[in-house]
Amino acid sequence: MNNLLKDKPRIINIGIMDFYRDLKLNQALALHVDWRPPLVNDPELKKKLFLNLDIINAANKVAITKILAARPTLIGMDSAINVIPKMEKNLILHAGPPVTWDRMCGPMKGAVLGALIYEGKAANIIESEKLIIEGKIKFAPCHEHSCVGPMAGIISPSMPVFIIENLEHKNKSFTTMNEGLGKVLRYGAYDTPVIERLRWMGDVLYPVLRDAIQSSGGIDLKSIIAQALHMGDEVHNRNRAGTSLFYRQITPFILKTSKSNQNAIDVLNFINGNDHFFLNLSMAQAKASLDAGRDVKHSSLLTVMSRNGTDFGIQLSGTGNKWFVGKALVPDALYFPGFTKADANPDIGDSAITETAGLGGFAMAASPAIVQFVGGKSEDATNFTLKMYEITESENNIYQIPYLNFRGTPTGIDVLKVVEKNILPVINTGVAHKNPGIGQVGAGVLSAPIEPFINAYQEFIKSL
Amino acid sequence: MAHFIKTLIKSGEYFDSITLMVVTKKIKELKNILDAAIVMGTLENRKILKASGLYVDEFNIAPENDLLISIKGENQKITEEALIKLDEILVDVKKRKNSSKDEFYFSIAQAKKELKEANIALISVSGKYAALEAMKALNIGMNIMLFSDNVSLAEELSLKKYAASKDLLVMGPDCGTCIIGGVPLGFANKVSSGDIGIVGASGTGTQEVTTLITNFGGGISHAIGTGGRDVGQDIGGITFLSALKLLIEDEKTKTILLVSKPPHVDVLAKIGELAKKTTKKVIACFLGAQKSQVEKYNMIYAKTLEEGAIKALEISLNRDSIFGALEIPAIKMNSKQRFLRGLFSGGTFAFETQLILGGESIKDIYSNLKVVTSTLLDDPHQSMKNTIIDLGADEFTQGRPHPMIDYTLRNERIFKEAKDPEVACLYLDLVLGFGSNKNPINEFLPTLQKVRKEIKDLIVICTVTGTDGDSQNKKEIVANLKAMDVIVPRSNAAGAFLCANILKQIGRGENE
Repeated sequence: MNNLLKDKPRIINIGIMDFYRDLKLNQALALHVDWRPPLVNDPELKKKLFLNLDIINAANKVAITKILAARPTLIGMDSAINVIPKMEKNLILHAGPPVTWDRMCGPMKGAVLGALIYEGKAANIIESEKLIIEGKIKFAPCHEHSCVGPMAGIISPSMPVFIIENLEHKNKSFTTMNEGLGKVLRYGAYDTPVIERLRWMGDVLYPVLRDAIQSSGGIDLKSIIAQALHMGDEVHNRNRAGTSLFYRQITPFILKTSKSNQNAIDVLNFINGNDHFFLNLSMAQAKASLDAGRDVKHSSLLTVMSRNGTDFGIQLSGTGNKWFVGKALVPDALYFPGFTKADANPDIGDSAITETAGLGGFAMAASPAIVQFVGGKSEDATNFTLKMYEITESENNIYQIPYLNFRGTPTGIDVLKVVEKNILPVINTGVAHKNPGIGQVGAGVLSAPIEPFINAYQEFIKSL
Repeated sequence: MAHFIKTLIKSGEYFDSITLMVVTKKIKELKNILDAAIVMGTLENRKILKASGLYVDEFNIAPENDLLISIKGENQKITEEALIKLDEILVDVKKRKNSSKDEFYFSIAQAKKELKEANIALISVSGKYAALEAMKALNIGMNIMLFSDNVSLAEELSLKKYAASKDLLVMGPDCGTCIIGGVPLGFANKVSSGDIGIVGASGTGTQEVTTLITNFGGGISHAIGTGGRDVGQDIGGITFLSALKLLIEDEKTKTILLVSKPPHVDVLAKIGELAKKTTKKVIACFLGAQKSQVEKYNMIYAKTLEEGAIKALEISLNRDSIFGALEIPAIKMNSKQRFLRGLFSGGTFAFETQLILGGESIKDIYSNLKVVTSTLLDDPHQSMKNTIIDLGADEFTQGRPHPMIDYTLRNERIFKEAKDPEVACLYLDLVLGFGSNKNPINEFLPTLQKVRKEIKDLIVICTVTGTDGDSQNKKEIVANLKAMDVIVPRSNAAGAFLCANILKQIGRGENE
């Protein structure tokens, strides 16, 4: 017999919030669900989805198991042209989904022009632009070459890159070294000091780190991130702990292998002076883990979220290399003094790969130090993370949040949940000035745009 | 007059219709703002925008999940300032939502994890999504109160069958009122606790009897709503019968009052079998049913909601003493004024009024809610002769809050009818309590003041459904109404009989 009249009524309210308030007025035990209509309401699609739920659930289990089992490890360094799959001498890799030169945003154009000077293909930006217009330069997304890059994400053939291997599944990912803040190539700056810094990084930083990493026998990035989360990083907008941990691990090997004492000092000071040095490694380990979950037939989990400053693109495990894109949004961020939203470029960078892997905005609750970005209260940060559990397949087995009683971070974004619950992934991000060469103008949090998710949802179900 | 319209589409912003109603009102109240609409981009809302001249072509490409904003002001500067103000208000609304920790749940499943003993899901989302949410809640073992309307009959049947297989109850769809263990859900009043249990297929009907019982000194154990279609042939009384069984088993309940339109004969038979078996007294107020149909099953017959309430209290009053107290007011009218216009926010009041008028041999009754004694209106927006309108009907509520919450539509209609030279009498209801508009003194009474100021010779009758415990301050409202020469009958039935007597008197030519 139903105990409805025997038990004390305990109510969950979905819809009109006044009903919830009235329940509270009556001292009733009640919770309110902040319900939103689904992004797509197509009965035909829903029916097809319903019939295939078991297959999809099984596929998602396979994909998430692979992603969680990945063991991304920093194993070495080399020039891009030597190690990145299908890298070519006249190919420039960039962040986000594919984009043609005419549609590239300011910071990305600036970074491309600078990279051609760095490569020695042009003496100045006029020559750089000429090469591009003559069609002598090809462009491709980092993501299509197992790479990731922050902001403009430019990787040119002779740039040194970190090599990350997922020891579990043997796939690799690649990323550049982080240049630091201020006027830097990834924000579209291309003047002489920028190019000179890149050359120093190639001539000094690269060989010192390469030898040290080799001597170390490999650095377990997963373990560094697990510790960094306990130390207040979310390893996207805050990498202070991650950088410190990396510094601690690499220092003895630098001292051991560096042929010049001065070079060792310069390299250690460079890493120590850049709180974001670890960001690129955090991104590449996310990439190596997520790529392990690629191409699982019928899986609705995301393997990529990425932006090129013009478009925002995602990829699903079950639909392979297909991009689903929509317009990149301008973040409602905290702006540095002297800048406003009017100065901001639309969202840019491959760094949303961290959110795709359950870090960054998804691990906001681990990072109370940066809650100014989300409203100022640590409660707000917690709420961001709690919300993301609603759209993810699983809780991370290694990455935990102390404040949530060491609950695993929400991992494995499911496009079906995003669309049905109308909850969009949150992304922590730096904001670039819309003109090349000015650099970062703010930082904050934004929600992904809806179009890529709607497109992916429809296409995914049609493909079943 | 010169004006300027400023529009904006906000993607990815969702607010419920009541929040947006409050926000829209705040913007409309700004100085030199002529009109405003802030709505989600549903098809229904687009129609409303088009009708009010606030629609622009840019809205065509916006998906229905986008927030559409259209503000009409005296000039560009004023509308742009209003838009900035609107942004502030919306940010404020969101902040309030996010800052309160106990409101932070995104799905029924998540909330249920937090409140494991949760046994009722109160669902009031837009109709096309309601069945899915209800199914999710049933799946995790919860009873449902489904406030949402516009849920299909097929969905209702499958929900109820599934619930029955899990020994759960689906109260609704279109269930306005429940009181479970003293906790009012949805539209309900602050009623006294007692031993009368109610099964109600009608929300306002339940509000009427529970408030009358409270006002007459009695009390309620539980009031279980079923939704209006439950007792029809298609659903077969699945919820009604389960609810009746629960009340029969319930120790707190001594007397049972059933409130509904006449159930389908098969359903009535099943109800009757249950009633016959129990030792508890069962009063059946099946509006429009024959006495013999009810008494056949040993149930006590009540003709009106008031009679049901009184019989349940085991107080026997004879008809004269109930209705004799209301005298027809002496108001001068001209010979053109011949008709009644009843404008109700409670559907059951519209229904009961028509039955009583018909029973008193009043002719030419038109309505958007057809009963045996009336003719269906071609256009519910256009009254004919004696017209009774249920403003809670689907055609008035698509894309906007219920008229018990949002008075706008009815206020406009009241004024329109009052100006009609053929109208002699207005009959209105005002339903207080939880869920209803919090401030009828400022949002409903001014309309009647305007009517009184501009139209002198008109009888205005208005019931006030509620108790002294309701937050809207019933005493003050009734005093205000009386001060405006508005007659306030103690029940809808009493008011309907009064209307009938007024119409009869006009028919006899006694008003001149």
